[in-house]
Amino acid sequence: MKKLLAFLVVSFGLAFGVSAADGPAIPLDKAPNVSGDATRLQHGAKLFINHCLNCHGASAMRYNRLMELGLTEQQVKDNLLFTGEKVGDMMTTALSRADGKKFFGAVPPDLSLIARSRSSHDGSGADWLYTYLRTFYKDEARDTGWNNVLFPNVGMPHVLYEYQGLRHAVFVDKKDPHDSSKTVRTFERFEPVKPGSMNQTEYNEAMANLVGFMQWMAEPIQTQRRQLGVFVLMFLGLLAACAFWLNSTFWRDIH
Amino acid sequence: MAAGPKAPVAFEGLGKLDKPMSAALTWVDTRFPLMANWKAHLSEYYAPKNFNFWYFFGSLAMLVLVIQIVTGIFLVMHYKPDANLNSAGIPIAFASVEYIMREVPWGWLVRYMHSTGASAFFVIIYLHMFRGLIYGSYRKPRELIWVFGVMIFLCLMAEAFFGYLLPWGQMSFWGAQVIVNLFAAIPIIGPDLAIWIRGDYVVGDATLNRFFAFHVIAIPLVLLGLVAAHILALHEVGSNNPDGVEINDRKDPKTGIPLDGIPFHPYYTVHDMVGVSVFLIIFSAIVFFAPEMGGYFLEYNNFIPADPLKTPAHIAPVWYFTPYYSILRAMVWNWFWIDAKVWGVVAMGASNMIFFALPWLDRSPVKSIRYRPSLHHWIYAAFVVCFFILGYLGTLPPSFWGEKISQVCTVIYFGFFVGMPWWSRWGQFKAVPDRVTM
Repeated sequence: MKKLLAFLVVSFGLAFGVSAADGPAIPLDKAPNVSGDATRLQHGAKLFINHCLNCHGASAMRYNRLMELGLTEQQVKDNLLFTGEKVGDMMTTALSRADGKKFFGAVPPDLSLIARSRSSHDGSGADWLYTYLRTFYKDEARDTGWNNVLFPNVGMPHVLYEYQGLRHAVFVDKKDPHDSSKTVRTFERFEPVKPGSMNQTEYNEAMANLVGFMQWMAEPIQTQRRQLGVFVLMFLGLLAACAFWLNSTFWRDIH
Repeated sequence: MAAGPKAPVAFEGLGKLDKPMSAALTWVDTRFPLMANWKAHLSEYYAPKNFNFWYFFGSLAMLVLVIQIVTGIFLVMHYKPDANLNSAGIPIAFASVEYIMREVPWGWLVRYMHSTGASAFFVIIYLHMFRGLIYGSYRKPRELIWVFGVMIFLCLMAEAFFGYLLPWGQMSFWGAQVIVNLFAAIPIIGPDLAIWIRGDYVVGDATLNRFFAFHVIAIPLVLLGLVAAHILALHEVGSNNPDGVEINDRKDPKTGIPLDGIPFHPYYTVHDMVGVSVFLIIFSAIVFFAPEMGGYFLEYNNFIPADPLKTPAHIAPVWYFTPYYSILRAMVWNWFWIDAKVWGVVAMGASNMIFFALPWLDRSPVKSIRYRPSLHHWIYAAFVVCFFILGYLGTLPPSFWGEKISQVCTVIYFGFFVGMPWWSRWGQFKAVPDRVTM
């Protein structure tokens, strides 16, 4: 049995050594968990509606669902709705798909599920978004004037630069670990050019709030799901205990 | 059949209600073979008393089938098989799944049960098949049970394949695209065949609608028929057991009841309740705490709506198909001037079809692994290891070493079956007891 186990372990080890999936351009930063903090999620919602929703839709979301973040219907109406929209409307964008394609080269994707679709074995979707929103830099070579370290040549400009400020990115040529005759352009650091209205800590916190909101929006029932799961498992534990007892009672005479 | 007057049914156990219950049951029984079936399949169906852990998965497969059908019915009430874009530019099919997740009361639970159920079904069926493999449950006189079972397995794969297109995400779309394109590799008729399957030149609305029809009615109908045949065949010849001893060979001369047999009801009904409750704990833990299961049950890319113009960098089938996908990718040689792709399709098909031959490939003098030589244990272990490695490699993008390892594993996979008429007779077998052991 021990030999068999060793054989299994070694065989799997050999097979798993093969995995060589390309990782992200830079390691992902861990997004702070703000899921239990209604104030921070509300701030995230505000940032999302004021900045993201101009070009991206979140067409699976209704505005009045924001009440689950602790807002009243009046607060949603007063602070978060664009003119002419109703509280039961879907969070769609005013930018048409044709215009989006014309302005940015690609239609800005719907963000309803972005925190789920950006998940990978490198990190959660929230980690990806948190890293992405904090790695924009000024790049005059690009049509938009902006570029991103995590998502090189992304079509999206840095819409939050007034908060974060202007930065340049410094790249250095490093040896390719797979081929010593080649070099790869590797990100080294950011150089601040002009400060924004937020310092780095404030900006990171704001992005954590925004990402936390998008993470919530990707599956609004996720908290209830886990809460209900605890009760379901407790019930099933009881059921299992009864089933074990019933089974052992019936089987007492079978030898 | 000459229908003589039946004995009235005597119901006991409800006190004052015994009399009306007896009358009602008698009324039904004179018009429908209720008691005869109850006895034949439950209260007087004698199963070996030595079933172990591996014997839970038959009843669990039935449970998951019911879960899938019931949740499926409720999903169909809200799902819309429509590939056209809504006003926000999202395909209607994709949006309707999110509508179920967000707007339909308890829709998220029904959907997660269905998506987790699909993977659970395969886990259970693989374990159920493995049980048959190690205890020789496919040997005479149970060949047809096995054949019906393999047909159920094939139906299940078709069901899963058609169902996976319905959420209309990137993986749904491109997975279907890759698989349907395989048929285009068949010489001469291939390209037309692929168009015939899709109903279009690309996977599109026509494909989505026909896959929906197959998923919700055509395949389930066949599946239910096969499950009935599987169980009828089982109850005709009786269950095998971990010792591979025929309990029907030793019956009590007075009662005619197998000495090692116990009535399925109540003994195995209470026994299976344990299996069901433990299974439901694991199942619920996934549904409520990890419905994506790390991207293996719900792939991350499938949260992006299908986009025919944007091919994902890495297209991987869901985990339960990956062993066969690896076998497909392992074929890289253009033998006899025929494209390697065709050989891949042939190998993938053969890797499933070969299960049908199992009852006639195994020539060992004993059924159960318990009485087989240790050499056989190693052969089974090698097969299982190869199956897992193929499965794992199928989730990864192609690579040099991945290809080489999957080729070796493919050879071992087929070698296991093709060599079975020989290796199953090798070695020193242990003596099989007359009666089952507890």
